[in-house]
Amino acid sequence: MKILVTAKRVTDWDSKVVPTSDGTGIDFDNVDFKMNPFCEIAVEEAIRIADASDEDSEIVVVAIGDDEATQQVRQALAMGAHKGILIECEESELDSDYVAKLLVKVCEDEDIDLVLLGKQAVDGDSNQVGQLMAEYLGWPQATFAYKIKPNDGGDMEVQREVDGGVETVTLSLPAVITTDLRLNEPRYATLPNIMKAKRKPFETFEPDDLDIELGSPKVEVVGYSLPSERQAGQIVGSVQELMEKLSQEAKVI
Amino acid sequence: MSKIIVLAEQSEGSVVKASLSAVTAARQLAEKVGGGFDIAVVGHQIGEVASALTGYGAERVYQVEDPSCEGYTAQAFAQAFHKAVEASGASFVISASTAKGKDCTPRVAARLDAGMASDVTGIEGDSSGLVYVRPMWAGNIIGRVKINTDVQVLTVRTTEFDAAVSTGGQSPIESIAAGIDASSLRMSYVSLDSVKSDRPALTDADAVISGGRGLKEGENFEKIIAPLADELNAAIGASRAVVDLGWVPNDWQVGQTGKVVAPDLYIAVGISGAIQHLAGMKGSKTIVAINKDPEAPIFQVADYGLVADLFDAVPQITAQLKDR
Repeated sequence: MKILVTAKRVTDWDSKVVPTSDGTGIDFDNVDFKMNPFCEIAVEEAIRIADASDEDSEIVVVAIGDDEATQQVRQALAMGAHKGILIECEESELDSDYVAKLLVKVCEDEDIDLVLLGKQAVDGDSNQVGQLMAEYLGWPQATFAYKIKPNDGGDMEVQREVDGGVETVTLSLPAVITTDLRLNEPRYATLPNIMKAKRKPFETFEPDDLDIELGSPKVEVVGYSLPSERQAGQIVGSVQELMEKLSQEAKVI
Repeated sequence: MSKIIVLAEQSEGSVVKASLSAVTAARQLAEKVGGGFDIAVVGHQIGEVASALTGYGAERVYQVEDPSCEGYTAQAFAQAFHKAVEASGASFVISASTAKGKDCTPRVAARLDAGMASDVTGIEGDSSGLVYVRPMWAGNIIGRVKINTDVQVLTVRTTEFDAAVSTGGQSPIESIAAGIDASSLRMSYVSLDSVKSDRPALTDADAVISGGRGLKEGENFEKIIAPLADELNAAIGASRAVVDLGWVPNDWQVGQTGKVVAPDLYIAVGISGAIQHLAGMKGSKTIVAINKDPEAPIFQVADYGLVADLFDAVPQITAQLKDR
């Protein structure tokens, strides 16, 4: 089985992100970057599925962005992916649809059976790429995966986190699955594996190499701002005072 | 003049309330761009749901039927909704940002070759230039986005658009067959293991009581939080920390990676207030925080903070409510 995963380079979610002073972008000075945590979960799950499979499996990891994203591809290779691909392009040109189209092309070129992606990236929070890919490929999908169980006969049984509970669906391959937070605990790359990862195959493409025409983006972010801060209220001295405020001032009880 | 279509969700024969928030978003958008809106609903034998949707002022309700849409799958529903969008000729497509909305709507956008904005919290501008407001970076940044395609697709965050109330109109129903080739679907719905509860749903409740690590152990949700929730007819939520500890079910989690809520009253009990939790509740009208650590960040967003031992304070509050 051949599995495609992604390793998006995003701001560390412990870093404080602020807009640039003119509001047209994000100020990336003094911000750390990491692999999108949902991508990490997908890489981990791909490794587990490959390890549990009887047949030979190959995991291809892709990042799209500038040269720095090489680090995230290397990290996925050190975790256990087999081959890395970096598609170099300007971040500003990317929207979810364009990313999906690039990845669809890789799927076709690499003859992929299973696409495992994070449900969303923690920067744009769009939650679209997996679904767009599935539609463009005409494949079934299971988003928000909580448990993935490969069945005999090649189907995947996926439990999904949905409103009000857990839904179970079965998919036949090829298919797209996107990961939710509780699917697994991603492993750390060990030093020997980090060294070994440097010798794994790594290709770099530009969108042109993939014959993908870059049109104008379908969706553009035209401004970034900080959310309006909620004013801190008052500290009350006792339960009695709290109850009075809630009934007389806020009128909520 | 533009046409808007709302992709409505149904569950076991009734309209899902979140879809009525999408109707409100459609009405707001219609005021900006002129024209009216349609509503589409998909399923198998869903005449009753379609009738229930006729009272919201839509120009038309599309009832899209297909045997393969009896259980929900993204693959089939995207095809069915796409049929309705084509029939309506709409240039704006709106659904609620629920689990199904997030799952299915991008596939509809792909079929329409349309750009999509997820989790929209506000619509600005007019027909000469619309801008959609949406949270990014877990709500730490507010983005303003423009869609450049002829058809524009949105999912809207239900906490930011009140559920539409029926205006008693009589929209005509147009029944269309989705005509899905069942053999082309390589996925099937197996089951839904739903969490049964007598309490209101987290995202619908007027009051939410959430517990965090300060509760010390899982069973204190039952001992401390539940009695207070009973008095206020409140839903129970939780911080990510205690969900990860396995104290409470996953779908109780309030936060950017869980549910986003905006009730009239939100009481955070023993929750420190990590950014990711705040992103899920800071739209609440009145926020109360009870924590024994006066430095807890939750106090920065609380209207009323009580620095106290929750094991004393919460039972006192419950008792006082009982006595009223």
